[in-house]
Amino acid sequence: MKEKSKAAKGRYWKAQLRCVGVLLSVWFLVSFGCGILLRDWLDANFPSVGSAPFGFWMAQQGAIIVFVFLLIAYAIWMGRLEDKFEGEEDAV
Amino acid sequence: MSQDAFNFLFIGLSFAIYIGIAIRQRAGSTKEYYTAGGGVSPFANGMATAADWMSAATFISMAGLLATSGYDGSRLLMGWTGGFVLLTVLMVPFLRKFGKATVPDFIGDRYYSKAARLVAVVCAIFICLTYIMGQMRGVGVVFSALFDISISTGVWVGGGIVFFYAGLGGMKGITYTQVAQYCVMAFAYTIPAVFIAIALTGNVIPQLGFIGDYIANGESLPFLEKLDQINTELGFANYTSGSLETIDMFCITAALMCGTAGLPHVIVRFFTVKNVKAVRVSACWTLAFIAVIYLTAPTIGAFARVNFIEKLQDSPREEAPAWFGDFEKAGYMSWTDQNGDGKIQHFGPEREKRGDKNELTFKPDIMVMANPHMGALPKWVIALLMAGCIAAALSTAAGLLLVLSTAISHDLMKKIVKPDLSDQEEIKYARLASLGALLVAIYFGINPPATFIAKTVAFAFGLAASSFFPTLLMGIFSRRMNKEGAIAGMVAGIGFTLSYIIYFQFMGGTKDQYFLGISPEGIGFLGMLLNFLVSAIVAAFTPAPPPEVTELVDNVRYPGGPETAAQDH
Repeated sequence: MKEKSKAAKGRYWKAQLRCVGVLLSVWFLVSFGCGILLRDWLDANFPSVGSAPFGFWMAQQGAIIVFVFLLIAYAIWMGRLEDKFEGEEDAV
Repeated sequence: MSQDAFNFLFIGLSFAIYIGIAIRQRAGSTKEYYTAGGGVSPFANGMATAADWMSAATFISMAGLLATSGYDGSRLLMGWTGGFVLLTVLMVPFLRKFGKATVPDFIGDRYYSKAARLVAVVCAIFICLTYIMGQMRGVGVVFSALFDISISTGVWVGGGIVFFYAGLGGMKGITYTQVAQYCVMAFAYTIPAVFIAIALTGNVIPQLGFIGDYIANGESLPFLEKLDQINTELGFANYTSGSLETIDMFCITAALMCGTAGLPHVIVRFFTVKNVKAVRVSACWTLAFIAVIYLTAPTIGAFARVNFIEKLQDSPREEAPAWFGDFEKAGYMSWTDQNGDGKIQHFGPEREKRGDKNELTFKPDIMVMANPHMGALPKWVIALLMAGCIAAALSTAAGLLLVLSTAISHDLMKKIVKPDLSDQEEIKYARLASLGALLVAIYFGINPPATFIAKTVAFAFGLAASSFFPTLLMGIFSRRMNKEGAIAGMVAGIGFTLSYIIYFQFMGGTKDQYFLGISPEGIGFLGMLLNFLVSAIVAAFTPAPPPEVTELVDNVRYPGGPETAAQDH
């Protein structure tokens, strides 16, 4: 494999950090945010899920469901970044 | 057919499958021994990792803990699954790209020092050993209950089986065995929940019943309201509110998450697939398979709580169901008639303050095992559950045993003590090491240091969070971090966490002395912050790492390079 240019590598790494940053923000929001810190407020102000208060449901079920989707998003997002990076080498 | 006959049939059948697979997939080279040759499909690897991940403790105790602590138990649910997200996006793809088979390998090379490698080996051995002790104990307890043998004989039998397929088959053998074990576990966990969900809520899917209506005994009200009602009536905290301080809850969850992200036996699983792309796909499958069990656990806990109270509260002892007598005899539940009315009464702290005496005590661990009895489910469901418990304990024990033997044969013998070891000799050492580790685990399984094991397992997460996690993270994301910073950070983090735990656990520290109200369970989170801080400061005043290390860091960040990691050692 040919050596990539420094600029292409820099762009790839930045894009990767952005991806991880976005996903981990969601990760923090649904677990620590909804499940713990904002829980009481959400219980009182958000519609219940079935008969479960929103914050309680997030802590026991919702967060885990979101986690699975986060990993799916990560696999797709990073796959695209990688393809783009592999394609870039010819242009340089 | 009697219950015993069903038990023998289910467990015998599952064992025949495991051992058959282990013999067919025997490992021939070190590469196959450590990483199954790097050619396992992401789907199969996802299942195997999920089985590896779910230990007997998760399988048996988690639902029981949820049943008794309600909302507070969410820390385990979010902590362990959320930690897996951290592990996947922050660690695994980079370690996989780095291409060596073990975590101490990465730390040793990244921080260019044998001392760092040695510290990592010791940490890995300590974490794995404490885990595996708990697993062996679990196997022993289940076997002894099943076959009416003593717990120590049960531990020996379980240990023999684990050695047979982990020691001989290596990673290749256990990967395919774990696939079979995951299937057994998933069915064993969800089927009883479905039966009970139908009985209590009229809903086939337990997760929907959990947020639906309670319809048994002619009542009809939201299920969770019923639970809160029961808890308040008996003087416990509301099921949906919990009683932990928010800051403590936050720190414990964070410590569990970061500790999970540093578990060596799970990281090593991702070396068994072909490339980094396959690692990411495999991680999706793993978390999806884990979620099947983790989303069911809160429903099992909640259903068990309602069933348990409805069946026992205020019923005369002679009329109590037969299973109550069985569990009482086995020492899992106990009843003393405090007020002499011959009836069973269970009360929480609020009622006890008002002078009511609690007459019923039980070990939360028994909830999952008692669940099918309480719901009066068919015998084959109970037999399936037994097989599931054993699968959970065996799969985790086998995975841990493998990491232990690798740490000793590869990282210690080959990399530090005797670098000219041949391929064949290394496998021989690995098998010897797994035998040795197993004997130690069996010893502690038979003679557990009392409540010490359960506690150490919980604390091992805090220790991993304050040592491994920040060091690996900085090794990947910082090019400037050097060995002085990393070693100082590890020592500071683990030292602080360990002394906090020892002070409160063994030297009689009391609750009101907690720093900011954080319990020892959650202190690993602060230890982790301390590790980051100390590393950053020390690294700023010491020389930068040599250029080849910076190059190594650069290299793991970009795709490309060797496709199959784990070159033959």
